[in-house]
Amino acid sequence: MNHTRLAGFFAAGAVIAALLLRGMGGLPPLGDYHGVYGETLARVAVAERHATDVVSAVNFDYRALDTLAEEFILFVSVLGVSVVLRRLADEREEAPTEARDQARPSRATGGARRTAPTSDAVRTLAVALVPVTIAFGAYMTSHGVPTPGGGFQGGVVLATAPLVVYVASDARAFRRIAPVRLVEVAEAVGAAGFVVVGALGLAAGRPFLTNVLPLGRPGTPLSGGIIFALNLTVGLEVAAGFVLLLVDFVRGALETRMEQGR
Amino acid sequence: MSAPLGFGLLPWLVTAWILLVGLYGVVTSRNLVHLVICVGVVQSSSYVLLLAIGYRSGGAPPVFVSRPPGAPAVDPVVQALMLTDIVVEATVIALLLALAVRAHQRAGTLDPDALDPMRG
Repeated sequence: MNHTRLAGFFAAGAVIAALLLRGMGGLPPLGDYHGVYGETLARVAVAERHATDVVSAVNFDYRALDTLAEEFILFVSVLGVSVVLRRLADEREEAPTEARDQARPSRATGGARRTAPTSDAVRTLAVALVPVTIAFGAYMTSHGVPTPGGGFQGGVVLATAPLVVYVASDARAFRRIAPVRLVEVAEAVGAAGFVVVGALGLAAGRPFLTNVLPLGRPGTPLSGGIIFALNLTVGLEVAAGFVLLLVDFVRGALETRMEQGR
Repeated sequence: MSAPLGFGLLPWLVTAWILLVGLYGVVTSRNLVHLVICVGVVQSSSYVLLLAIGYRSGGAPPVFVSRPPGAPAVDPVVQALMLTDIVVEATVIALLLALAVRAHQRAGTLDPDALDPMRG
């Protein structure tokens, strides 16, 4: 343990703690919120946008530009993982086979552990879990306008379905249900779809990301105009992005051997 | 119903505590994976702070499916900020973990003190 570093941390940490508590002491007491922007939005959002979930309306209509930027941070992070875990010149990719998984110790785990075959309990649970997960993820994505939910949450839930398949079986089955090309195209379509829906406003002669689609009835899933469309595109992009992360990790971390063995 | 004494200070203390504990973990970490998770912990302190700022006593979630739109609700803006932030943070942590995987593949160790500084 580096004692100088630790002492430096405690000194700096004391200063940070003092500044934090002094700053937060100037905030209004807990529960005494009087922000004008939030109060106004909570009051007018349902009437203006026919969206009963005001959080989704804020994310995909009032502050849709911020959400576009956040979605592209996600896109670039996934791109970064693809770049970092790509196959380098001196590495060879191994095709996953069931015999190899069970017989040979994995290099990534230090060469000491053999992967055991998955138990029947895990496989049974996965068979039950995958359709429920997909249904719930699709519900959450499409019902983001009336009730809490939306593209981000629903997309993450959808992305766990291939992960459950991977956990219950092996990399071969996972690769078959999530081919890299398809997942990459889906993610790109989701990201570009956000911009296309925003450009509908431009096509109508209004600013980018104006809500120009029909608003529908508040409380039904098909309401809110572009909020519903943006929920779908973001759900697709987030789900495909997370599945692509899994594909990259499975391919880059578990299946790559270096040519010169170490 | 009166809250116990000091309850009003609790979110700020929790925020400061989570931030400092996460920083301590980063500073004294000897494993890159542990270090990345500590960065995530530091980030979650900001969520506690945002939610605490937006909270209103007697306010319900800002969803008006079964309530009239004028009913008191907590701040929707900070909740919107948070929910995109959590998902984006997960992918950034994935990027950091990919770097950790690469470091282990190339250097054979996950100890940040034992890794050579970058060259080139």
